[in-house]
Amino acid sequence: MVVALFASILAGTRWGDASLTPNLALDLEGGTQVILEPVPEAKGDVTAETINQAIAVIRQRVDASGVAEAEITSQGGDKIVVALPGNPSEETLDLVRTSAQMEFRPVLVMGAAAATPTDPAAAAAAAAQPTKEAPDGPSDVAYYVTPEVQAEFDALDCTLPENRTGGVPGDPDEAFVACDQEGLAKFILGPVEIPGADIKSATSGMGSTSTGASTGQWVVNLEFTGEGTPKFTEVTTRLASSAAPLNQFAVVLDALVISAPSVNEVIPNGQAQISGSFTRESAETLANQLNFGSLPISFEEQSVQQISATLGSEQLQKGLLAGVFGLLLVVVYSLFQYRALGMVTVASLLVAAVVTYGIITFLSWVQGYRLSLPGVAGLIVAIGITADSFIVYFERIRDELRDGRPLGAAIDKGWERARRTILASDAVNFTAAVVLYLLAVGGVRGFAFTLGLTTLVDLLVVFLFTHPVMVLLGRTRFFAEGHPASGLDPRRLGVDTVRYAGRGRVAAPGQQTKGASPSDVREPVAVGSGGMTIAERRAAARAAEAASVPPHDDPPTTVTDDPAAGRPEGSDR
Amino acid sequence: MATGFAQWGNDLYTGRRSYDIVGRRRTWYLISAILIAISAVLLVKPGLNPGIEFRGGSEFVVSGVDTTDQQLAIDTVQAIAPEESPRVTTVGGDSLRIQTAQLTSDEVEEVTGSLAAAFDVDGSQITSAFIGPSWGQDVSEKAVTGLLVFLVFVSLVMTVYFRNWRMAAAAILALFHDLIITVGVYAAVGWEVTPATVIGFLTILGYSIYDTVVVFDKVRENTADTLEQTRFTYAEKANLAVNQTLVRSINTSVVALLPVTSILVVGAFILGAGTLRDIALALFVGMFVGTFSSIFIATPLEVTLREREPRIREHTAKVLAARAGTAVDGAPVPAGSVARAAAALRPGGHLGQGAQPRRKGR
Repeated sequence: MVVALFASILAGTRWGDASLTPNLALDLEGGTQVILEPVPEAKGDVTAETINQAIAVIRQRVDASGVAEAEITSQGGDKIVVALPGNPSEETLDLVRTSAQMEFRPVLVMGAAAATPTDPAAAAAAAAQPTKEAPDGPSDVAYYVTPEVQAEFDALDCTLPENRTGGVPGDPDEAFVACDQEGLAKFILGPVEIPGADIKSATSGMGSTSTGASTGQWVVNLEFTGEGTPKFTEVTTRLASSAAPLNQFAVVLDALVISAPSVNEVIPNGQAQISGSFTRESAETLANQLNFGSLPISFEEQSVQQISATLGSEQLQKGLLAGVFGLLLVVVYSLFQYRALGMVTVASLLVAAVVTYGIITFLSWVQGYRLSLPGVAGLIVAIGITADSFIVYFERIRDELRDGRPLGAAIDKGWERARRTILASDAVNFTAAVVLYLLAVGGVRGFAFTLGLTTLVDLLVVFLFTHPVMVLLGRTRFFAEGHPASGLDPRRLGVDTVRYAGRGRVAAPGQQTKGASPSDVREPVAVGSGGMTIAERRAAARAAEAASVPPHDDPPTTVTDDPAAGRPEGSDR
Repeated sequence: MATGFAQWGNDLYTGRRSYDIVGRRRTWYLISAILIAISAVLLVKPGLNPGIEFRGGSEFVVSGVDTTDQQLAIDTVQAIAPEESPRVTTVGGDSLRIQTAQLTSDEVEEVTGSLAAAFDVDGSQITSAFIGPSWGQDVSEKAVTGLLVFLVFVSLVMTVYFRNWRMAAAAILALFHDLIITVGVYAAVGWEVTPATVIGFLTILGYSIYDTVVVFDKVRENTADTLEQTRFTYAEKANLAVNQTLVRSINTSVVALLPVTSILVVGAFILGAGTLRDIALALFVGMFVGTFSSIFIATPLEVTLREREPRIREHTAKVLAARAGTAVDGAPVPAGSVARAAAALRPGGHLGQGAQPRRKGR
C-alpha cells in the first residue's frame, strides 16, 4: 500500500512536471496583479455569466498582446483577478483596465491591409483643403477624413500582427482608423452611432429566407434593444442608399473591426441578420463577440500591485527556512517525547510532506495552480495539525497499554478510538477550508486551498502509512517487548502487570492499574497471578524500582486544593 | 524529565493525579473575563492599526538598498507629489516601504523611476501597489461572511456528531473567546492589520474548533455511561477526560507552535512587515489561546451547560447525596471535588479474577 503510494507520487511528479517544482504565485515570483470589481451602478447586473464573458474578453486581449501565462480568474463572486507575471508594460495593463467596448461606426474609407506609401504632395494638397465647420452626417467623408487621419490610415499596416492586438477605443465623436481582426483590410470609420450596450442579443444559426426555408448558410442574428432599434433604423436607412464602401457599418470591439457588413435594406424592427461566408465556428465567434459588446457592466480597478521578484523570493526563502527550522524542532521534540515512536511521527510527516509536494506540483502542472505566500503559511500551519493526528493516535495506544493490553491489541483498539477523533476533527478543519475557499478573495483562497489539501493528505497518511507501519512495528520484538527506547515501554506507562508476551515468556509482573475509570484501581494479587517464581518476582521489583514507579498499595487520590483530602505518601510524584 | 513526563501522563490517565479543572471553572471564567475585558479595551485604545489595504493608497517597497535613509525617500516622493506626506518604514534589513495617499498611475511610474534613481537600485527591485479603499473592506466582509457560514456548518456538524447541541454551543463560545483575545493582542502589538492578518484570524477559527473537538471527543467517550452509574457525577467524568487528554494537548500545542514560532521570529526580526509575519503573530496567539480554551473554557462551559439538563442535574444530585450518606465524617461533599469516597470502592474489595469479564480475541 505504502510502496504503491510512494511509487505513484514519484511517478506523478516525474511525469507530471519537468521542473519538479510547483509554479509560484505572483507574490513569490514577482509580477503584477490587478483586481477589478464591477462599478457600483453595475452591481445589480453581475451574474456568473457576465463575469465569465468579461473574463473571456480580457483573456482574449491579454493573449493577443503576447503576455504568456497570464492568469485571469473570478473570485468572490464578482471580482476579476488578473495576474500577469514579470513586468508587463503599461499598454498591457491598459488592455486589462478598459472595459470591453463595442461600438457601431459607419465605414468611410476601406483599403487594403498593407501600408500605402504616402505621397507627400497629395498630403500637402489635402492639408490645404479647408475643412468644413460641421459634418453633414456621420458618414461625411469630407469632414471626418482630415489629412492627419488620412496620413495615419496610410501609415497603418494591418498585415503586422502587432497592429491587430486591439486596444483602446477612439474618441466616439471623431473619425477612427482601425484594422479588421483578420488583418485583411483597414478602415477609416466615422463617429460612434450605436454603442454596444444597445445590442440585446446575438445568436448564430442557420439562415432562413423570408419564407422560412433554410438557406443552408451560417448567419448571425442580431437583435437590438428598444433604445437601439430606432438608432439602427436610422443608420440602415442612410447606409442602404449609399455606395460602397459607405454602405457598410463596422462593428468595432476593442478598436478592432470584427465585422463590417454592408446594409442591403432598411431594417426597421431592430432584428438584423448578418450573412457572409461564415463557418459554424466563425458565426459562433462573432455572435459571442457581439454579446460581449453588449455587456452591461464595466469594471474599475480595486487594486493594482506590482511585486518585485526579489522581495517575493526573499520572503519565500526566509519563510521556508523558518519552516524547516520549525520542522527540525518538531522532530527533536517528538523524538524526545516518543523515543522510537517519534521516528514514526517524523517518517509520517516526511511522507505527508512528499505527498503534499507531489500533489501541489501535479496540480500546478495540470490545473495551473500557483503556490502563494499565504499558501506557504497554510502548509506550515498544517505541520501542527498533521502531527496532531499522530499524537492523538500514539496517546491512545499508550492509554490502551496503561489498561494492560498487550501491544498488538493496544494498537488495534487505540486505532479504533483514535480514528473517530481524527476523522471528526479533520472534518471540522476541512469544512473550514472549503467555506473559506468558496467565499474568500485573493490570498485567503491560496491559504484555504493548502489547508484543505493538507487535511486530506493527513487523513491519507494516517490511514495508509502511519497505522500500517504501527501494526508492522507492533510485531517486532523491539516494540512488542516494550524496549525502554521504543516509547512504548509498559513499565514507563505505569503498567507492570503480568502479561503473556508470547512464546512462553511472561512480561514483568507487578501490579495492575486498570485505568478505564479511576475507580477500578485494584490491589495487586500476587497469588495465582500466572505462577511466578520468587526470582522473577524480585527481578520485577527491581525493574519497578528502576522505572521509579511509586508503590501502588494505596488507593489513588487526587490533588485537590482541599487540604482535608490528605494525600498518601508517594501519590504526588 | 521524559520519564517524569510519562509518569505524569500515567497518573493523569489513571486518575492517580487529577487537576480539578472542571471544579474550579469559576476561576477560569474569571481569568477569561478579565482577558476579554482587556482585549476589548485594547480594541478601543490603541485599537487596530489598519494597513494600507484598508485605508487605500499607493505603496512602494524598495528592496536591496544600501542606505535606508528615510528622508531621501520622503524627498523623492515629494519632488513628484509635493502635497504628499509619505509614511516610510524600514522593512527587514535592506528594504524601505513608502506609503502615500492614492497617486495616479503616471505618478506611480514617476515615483518608481525616481526612487530607483535615488536609491541606485534596478527598477525591478521596486514593488508598487495601488489599493482602492474598498479592497480591505471587501476582504473583511467576505471573511465575516465566511465566519458566519462556517459557524452554522460547524454547529450542525458537531451537534450531529456529539448528538448534543450543548457541546457545539460551548465550542462556539470558546471560539469567540479565542478570537477576541487574539484580536486584542494584535491590537496591543500594534502591527498593521492586513489581509494576511485576516487570514490568520480565520485560521484560528479552524484550529480552535479542531482542538476543542479532540478534547470533546474524549469527554464524550468518558461520559457516555454517566447515567448508568452512580459513582461519579458528569462533571467528574468530564474532568477526568480533560486530564487524560492533557498530555496530548500539551504535545500538540508544542508541535504546532514550534514552526509558527520560528516563522514569527524570522518574520519579526529578519523579514519585517509582511504576509508571513502577520499570519504568524495571529496564529501564535490564536493557537496558544485555542489550546488553553479547549481545556479551561470549552469543557467547563460544556459541563455548565450540560448540568442544566434535568437528567444530568438529577443524577448529580443523586450521586452527591449518596456520597454524603456514605462519607465517613458525614460532611457534605461539594460538587466537583473528585473525592472518591464511595464505600463500595475500597481497593481490594473486589471478587478476584473470576469476576472479571473474559476478553475476547487476544
